[in-house]
Amino acid sequence: MSSYYESEDLKKFGDIGQHAKKLADDFFRYYGEVTGTDGALSKREKALIALAVSHAMKCPYCIDAYTTQCLETGSNPEQMMEAVHVAAVMQAGITLVHSVQMQNHLRKMVL
Amino acid sequence: MSAAVQLKLVRAKSKYDFDGVLRRRGIDLPPLAIDTLQVNVTKLCNQVCRHCHVDASPSRTEKMSPDAIARCLEILEQNPQITKLDITGGAPELHPEFDSFVERSVAHGKHVMVRHNLTVQLDGNPQTKESKEYLPQFFAKNRVEVVSSLPYYQEFFTDAQRGSGVFKKSMEAMKRLNDVGYGVEGSGLVLNLVYNPVGPYLPAPQAGLEADYKRELKSKFGLSFNGLYTITNMPINRFRLHLDKTGQYEAYMEKLLAAFNPAAAEGVMCRSLLSVSYDGRIYDCDFNQMLEMDAKDRSGRPLSIFDFDFARALGRPIRFDAHCLGCTAGAGSSCGGATAA
Repeated sequence: MSSYYESEDLKKFGDIGQHAKKLADDFFRYYGEVTGTDGALSKREKALIALAVSHAMKCPYCIDAYTTQCLETGSNPEQMMEAVHVAAVMQAGITLVHSVQMQNHLRKMVL
Repeated sequence: MSAAVQLKLVRAKSKYDFDGVLRRRGIDLPPLAIDTLQVNVTKLCNQVCRHCHVDASPSRTEKMSPDAIARCLEILEQNPQITKLDITGGAPELHPEFDSFVERSVAHGKHVMVRHNLTVQLDGNPQTKESKEYLPQFFAKNRVEVVSSLPYYQEFFTDAQRGSGVFKKSMEAMKRLNDVGYGVEGSGLVLNLVYNPVGPYLPAPQAGLEADYKRELKSKFGLSFNGLYTITNMPINRFRLHLDKTGQYEAYMEKLLAAFNPAAAEGVMCRSLLSVSYDGRIYDCDFNQMLEMDAKDRSGRPLSIFDFDFARALGRPIRFDAHCLGCTAGAGSSCGGATAA
């Protein structure tokens, strides 16, 4: 039976260049520049953002990669867990703020 | 052994062939100097750390003989080029002649560094129960440079690597060192800490981590120190066993290989030190010592403290193997921390 999200498959990320090399090259250059360098944000801060996004987008490859990247850029487990809570609370907030729409519509439905 | 297995082994060797990596990049790494004699006086230790490349523990009995220590002192006295003595173990303070080794080396005008695990101050000798609480005063009196492993500024990672309760004891031991002036500005007494990752990943940049350690240890425990050395875990002995057991050896070696840094290679510590084992044999570094890769002169004769000749030792070819990728990955790694900016 075939399976999804094998950790070994992360090594094949570069294969996205197959059939669309230039687009992949452009992406990896951009990716490297954004995540792999200190800019207005440090690599450490960028890794924490990426860790939060990894959870929000539920990407197992990214969670593994950015857990390691957070450790290798000097974040501690408390900071990493807080970043995940930021992702969680944003998702909860996004869900809850939509209840405004529900309330708006509810008002229209009530005499 | 089947042909397929043999082929796999050959491939595995060539894949992490450090000499080959250097050759392909045109890098030659002969010794540049011998300014440090690093002496491993005992494998006895009060701790059992999960990453320890020495496999040190409270049950080890190997220790340097009085003759060998006397010979090390002669080498230090007769070779002014060797300005530093770096005493390691195990917990080197558990060697019965540790104190006199330090005092006599200092008397010869050598800069003495001790790889002090902090907790030995409180634990004492696990075999004889001798107390080691006098160490801070002893170190200060001899103006020894203290280099102490503290894998993290928090309890979770430290205890995971070094054993339950080690972090709290380390904080107490650091306080005792601070109390006699170690790590305190203006005292001239140097306390450097050593960070190493708690698993198969590379250290964070040394400067940033040092700032974190300083801020956290000061604000939470009121402690201070001078510098932080970041060290990469070597894929040998206990750490290698962990990698094999968890199926992470290949991935870790690939990581080290991918992070090979020529600037870090230029600064590897084996180019300026000699490592001596408890039985007097000489190695290019403490890791080679634990792998029993004796240093040999140009004619292939093993080097020993008992027939030491400076020129012969300086002229040796350094012996490399796959584990050396640990010293050349990223910002580099040595007993003095990162080797490349």
